[in-house]
Amino acid sequence: MQTQTQSQLGGPAIEISKLNKWYGTFHVLRDVDLTVSRGERIVIAGPSGSGKSTLIRCINRLEEHQAGRIVVDGTELTNDLKNIDKVRSEVGMVFQHFNLFPHLTILENCTLAPIWVRKIPKRQAEETAMHFLTKVKIPDQAHKYPGQLSGGQQQRVAIARSLCMKPRIMLFDEPTSALDPEMIKEVLDTMIELAEEGMTMLCVTHEMGFAQAVAHRVIFMDQGQIVEQNTPREFFNNPQSERTKLFLSQILGH
Amino acid sequence: MSDTHAQTVSFVRDSMLPPEPPPAAQAGAIRWLRENLFSGPLNILLTLVGFGVLWLVASTIWPWLSHSVWNAGSMAECRKIIAATWGPDASGACLALIKNRWNQFVFGFYPSALYWRPVLAFGMLFLALAPVLFSESRSASRRVMALAVVLTFVIAQILGAPGMALVLMALAMLAWVALIELRPGWALLASCLYPFVAVWLLWGGSLWSPAMALAGFVIGYLVWRALSRLGMLAFALAVLAAAVWWLLLSGWVAQALAAALPLRLQPVSSDQFGGFVLSITIGVSGIAMSLPLGVILALARRSDLPVVKMFAVMFIEFIRGVPLITLLFVASLLLNYFLPPGTNFDIILRVIIMVTLFASAYMAEVIRGGLAALPKGQYEAADALGLDYWKAQRLIILPQALKISIPGIVSTFIGMFKDTTLVVFVGLFDPLKAMADTIRASFEWKGAYWEPYIFVGSIFFILCFGMSRYSMYLERRLKRDHR
Ligand SMILES: Nc1ncnc2c1ncn2[C@@H]1O[C@H](COP(=O)(O)OP(=O)(O)OP(=O)(O)O)[C@@H](O)[C@H]1O
Ligand SMILES: [Mg+2]
Repeated sequence: MQTQTQSQLGGPAIEISKLNKWYGTFHVLRDVDLTVSRGERIVIAGPSGSGKSTLIRCINRLEEHQAGRIVVDGTELTNDLKNIDKVRSEVGMVFQHFNLFPHLTILENCTLAPIWVRKIPKRQAEETAMHFLTKVKIPDQAHKYPGQLSGGQQQRVAIARSLCMKPRIMLFDEPTSALDPEMIKEVLDTMIELAEEGMTMLCVTHEMGFAQAVAHRVIFMDQGQIVEQNTPREFFNNPQSERTKLFLSQILGH
Repeated sequence: MSDTHAQTVSFVRDSMLPPEPPPAAQAGAIRWLRENLFSGPLNILLTLVGFGVLWLVASTIWPWLSHSVWNAGSMAECRKIIAATWGPDASGACLALIKNRWNQFVFGFYPSALYWRPVLAFGMLFLALAPVLFSESRSASRRVMALAVVLTFVIAQILGAPGMALVLMALAMLAWVALIELRPGWALLASCLYPFVAVWLLWGGSLWSPAMALAGFVIGYLVWRALSRLGMLAFALAVLAAAVWWLLLSGWVAQALAAALPLRLQPVSSDQFGGFVLSITIGVSGIAMSLPLGVILALARRSDLPVVKMFAVMFIEFIRGVPLITLLFVASLLLNYFLPPGTNFDIILRVIIMVTLFASAYMAEVIRGGLAALPKGQYEAADALGLDYWKAQRLIILPQALKISIPGIVSTFIGMFKDTTLVVFVGLFDPLKAMADTIRASFEWKGAYWEPYIFVGSIFFILCFGMSRYSMYLERRLKRDHR
């Protein structure tokens, strides 16, 4: 099934094989295998504590794995700091709680990494930042501080901040679950727009409408393992495992 | 009222209420008094007791202060004036002592013809600090600089600086102000040069000695820049190069340059320092050095590298566990045993090092608190954007952590500044005890007891209160996250 969609996509962007991770003695990720193609959009779902965040945080080494291989864009994640920095500058991440830098303006939030990591001149970084801020529809807030923005606006700034690094892969960890329903839509719209431009995206979310609209593949995790993966249509209409059926009935039930 | 009825539960609002201004605050002195001082029997009792204590204190001190004499040549003369004016039993403050010995309180035994040099060093301190302390507000910075230039000039003139020195002083300060105004980027560099200029002004001697000390830093920096690809090794080599320069070469070069172009001020030795010049010299150097050292120690204590962390923990715990006086004794006595005989390691420099180490241990703990208060998400966002450790610390973590720690940092500064009076125990002339005792030991002012303490205490209070107000100003200025 997986191969069907991949035929229209590029080569592998992320290759994860036999990934294992423990927190102390607690086995969070167990033998996870996952290959993401360039341009592919994946939604990861699963009950709380199933290891979704841990999995995507391993991809930019916010968490260290103990066994298995993660190769991002041809670079394997090891203890080598150079590789880690390389991967991090290729991979953007959006967090549940935005994690904007409160002491910097919106514009400074967006230009900081391009200037200091990519060594882009300030002028040019600001132009890029304004471009992406316009894209997420908040160019007029550029000189405010994060604390003066609503949650939805902050999350869109966070997306723009990641995009300013021109990443090839974007990771989203429940980007809408700290938001009110009205703000969820504005953030999802931004993400859909990004998807339409062909960005490789891995998104942990419970927004099943979003999954149906943009995902090539839905991955369902439980107890640190991938239990089921399928196209959104098959996944929602024809779930195979009992665990998935139970989960779907719970989140779609009301 | 008629919107809802008990019978008809369903309710639809057909007109929205317009917003109204908030009710006027109910103010008034009487109301305030009643709410805050006389709200209940216990409160009334506490208020009365409080006022009673206040009255007792004031009524004891006030006669003494109000019977004060400002013009007298000696303690005996002062007592005579008090007896003549307020009756034979009256007691009063002989504040004439302060007027009489003002210069000694401030300058200790510094040669009186050279008083203008510490004054200039102190005035320039504000020029060096203005671009740093008031980077948020151009107008505040300008006010501070204008005040510093004018006061320095006027005071130096009053203290009898020679005309040549006055002219050069005015030129130097105005040029510096111009630099700050026109080339703010270079002004920070000038601020970095300030310590060397200040050392030269205070201790005098050849200009080339502090200049060569500075050259060591420049050499270290250049080596580091040239080899920066090597990472930590480059840093080690830079330190090595600077050390070689300082220990082996700088002395010769300084001598050669001094022979070629003698730029000298009359030297003043460390045992001529005293009073507030001594306190401020030690205090300002300690403050300036303990903050960066404290930051490094705090980062080291939170480091993932076990050796670095262990070293930081041991250093901090050891220094905090030992009284400052012990460290000062080590500085004055023990170090002589360890240093090769004949080395002349200035006592004030030794004291400054100890005071710095002492304050930096406290500073590290204050800053560590600020670092711990930052949400983990800030570190993760910095990592996810690809910032390396030092960039993340410098751009994201430290600006926020230091801001949170401002009250603690300033308390540490204030505590350390007051602790400079402890140098009396290693034979230096602090203003509080040593200077007061010296003055009391003179024939004229024998028997003066409270006056010097009150005076020195008030000066310390003014300086510390100034620091505290500045920290409040800074907190207000930096309050931008609206959390
Ligand atoms: N730093 C940590 N130390 C120890 N255990 C952890 C740590 N972080 C997460 N865990 C545990 O690992 C498991 C997986 O956590 P993870 O955050 O990946 O779950 P999740 O699927 O993202 O859940 P949620 O939907 O609630 O965000 C959980 O049981 C959690 O308690
Ligand atoms: Mg999670």
